[in-house]
Amino acid sequence: MSTIVLLTMTGLGLGALYFLIASGLSLIFGLMDVLNFAHGALLSIGAYGTWWAASGNLPGAGADGPGFVLAVLFGTAVGTLAAVLLELAVVRPLYTRPREQVLATVGVGLAVPALLSGIWGSDARTFPGPQALSGTFGLLGAEVPVNRLVLIAAAVLVLVALRLFLGRTRHGLVVRAGVEDRAMVTALGIDVRRAFTLVFAIGGCAAALGGALGGLYFGSVDPRQGTSLLIFAFVVVVTGGMGSVTGAAVAAVVIGLVQQFANYYTAAGLGDLAVVVLLAALLLVRPRGLTGRLA
Amino acid sequence: MSTATQTPDRTDGGPALTVPPASGRAARLLRRWPVAVLVVLIVAPFSALPLPGLLDGPVGSPGSLQLLATCLLFGALATGYDLLLGRTGLLSFGHALYFAAGSYATNMFLLEAGLPFAVAAVLGLCSGIALALVLGSVSLRVTGIGFSMVTLAFAQAGSILVSRNPGGLTGGEEGRAAPAELLPSSLVGIDNTANLYWIALAYLVLTLGVVHWAVRSPTGRVWEGIKENERRVEILGLKPYGFKLTAFVLAGALAAVGGLVHLLLTGGSTPQTTTSDFTLSLLVMVVLGGSGTRWGPMVGGILYTWADHRLGDLAGSGAVAELPAVLRVPLSQPLFLLGVLFVAVVHLLPGGLARLPSRLRRPRKENP
Repeated sequence: MSTIVLLTMTGLGLGALYFLIASGLSLIFGLMDVLNFAHGALLSIGAYGTWWAASGNLPGAGADGPGFVLAVLFGTAVGTLAAVLLELAVVRPLYTRPREQVLATVGVGLAVPALLSGIWGSDARTFPGPQALSGTFGLLGAEVPVNRLVLIAAAVLVLVALRLFLGRTRHGLVVRAGVEDRAMVTALGIDVRRAFTLVFAIGGCAAALGGALGGLYFGSVDPRQGTSLLIFAFVVVVTGGMGSVTGAAVAAVVIGLVQQFANYYTAAGLGDLAVVVLLAALLLVRPRGLTGRLA
Repeated sequence: MSTATQTPDRTDGGPALTVPPASGRAARLLRRWPVAVLVVLIVAPFSALPLPGLLDGPVGSPGSLQLLATCLLFGALATGYDLLLGRTGLLSFGHALYFAAGSYATNMFLLEAGLPFAVAAVLGLCSGIALALVLGSVSLRVTGIGFSMVTLAFAQAGSILVSRNPGGLTGGEEGRAAPAELLPSSLVGIDNTANLYWIALAYLVLTLGVVHWAVRSPTGRVWEGIKENERRVEILGLKPYGFKLTAFVLAGALAAVGGLVHLLLTGGSTPQTTTSDFTLSLLVMVVLGGSGTRWGPMVGGILYTWADHRLGDLAGSGAVAELPAVLRVPLSQPLFLLGVLFVAVVHLLPGGLARLPSRLRRPRKENP
């Protein structure tokens, strides 16, 4: 029983991490038809930004208490800024050429991890975190690490915020309409470009937050972390149905749980394979993903 | 080597049909330049010409031949990959898988079953094709970017499988060296680098021949139609799925042959060839050179591979070590430079290097 509880919590924590990356990815894809290969790089930037600040390089920030919150905020802010810059400098000039937009993000996705490993080395760095988040708590007889809860809470918060934003605000309306039919929104005289930048900023913010919290989850940061998580986020986006935030949330939970349980009850590493097999099986039955959105 | 001398003639017949009738003998001779280049490449191992800056030693030295062979191998691999991207419009992110399958499967048939090289090579190739057939038929159920993501997921699964070293078959992070005693003796050892070079050259010629033949075939016309507008092909009563699968399996087969050549050239299978970075670098090569063009992917592959090696040497050189950190850090990362170069090419040079001559000839006509 305690094993199952622990696996469930860990799986949900991983799923939360996947959701933080996949939500932005899914929105960007739905709105712009751009598969953002630099999204993993945004995650890495957030992780390194937080690590850098929490290691005592930013006045007021530190590894504990409010200092750590400041460090996470700093990392997230840097990631958001990087996302906006990415959109303005790399993606926007290729507005009419979706395929070239994808290719350009591939270039950024190669360059940023290389730059990070150039500055801080390619080896993993220990991630500093508050004492309160490194311990465990008892749940139904299992000792669950606290950081799993933090990740799950952050993902739920982002999901609620995104749904409120998309459902209740004017900007959200434009984004939702753009995901459904970009041509129509443009024809109505609404500047979709501003929505593009906004969606990139939101996506970058969520991904960078995922990077900061992913550091807690894994206990370390390394330049390749973002890219390897990105691939599972892709699986989540396809499984969930592209452009759907709720679909991404459901898929992230399923993928995270399947991966953890398969890794534990079969051989280590088979969980990663199981996820891909699951994707293949789903596509054979429902080529459009769980929610039946465009693919 | 018979394929090496026959195929270019066939492919060379290609452009004559598309180029307007040229006047005079000179123009016709000029159009024969691929043959001249091929002859130069065939005799290169006998040359002692030093190319300072471009190569470390004379052209015929084993080190230079190894680098040249790697360049030719990747030129060919990029050409095969463009069968999907540039010819059929399929953006696959899993091409590395079929390359790695050719290398690893052949190696395993040698190591585990102790089969003779020729048998192992055929079986390895068949494994690669079978894998492409199965995974292609699943991933082609989704279209557009979804297809890209699914191929990436499969390739990632393959990469994980290889690095987990199931049953000690793949050697994990270390990879596995090919058994020298089971390989033909003319393909082993530093003295025989020239033979490996010729094999890489033959693979390039084979790939160029197959791709150009396939693109000009009726199936190739359908691929072109699918790339332009898949819906229209469907309305014409053709099922795009089968045609796309044909392209996918053919490209997978060519990649598997490439894996075989890579196995011989490097004397083993390495897990680096299974990573998504490997496929992404193929994508960079194709776009750098010019996707959908006759020579572009090849040129891109050769240039990329050469630049990657030379940038690595540059990073280790003393001149870079003395630079201030702002310059030293980016210069010491070949992938950073190549990534930035790639973004620059996508922005500034649509169509890649292959379009450069025509852009220079008609400056600023296309850009309003």
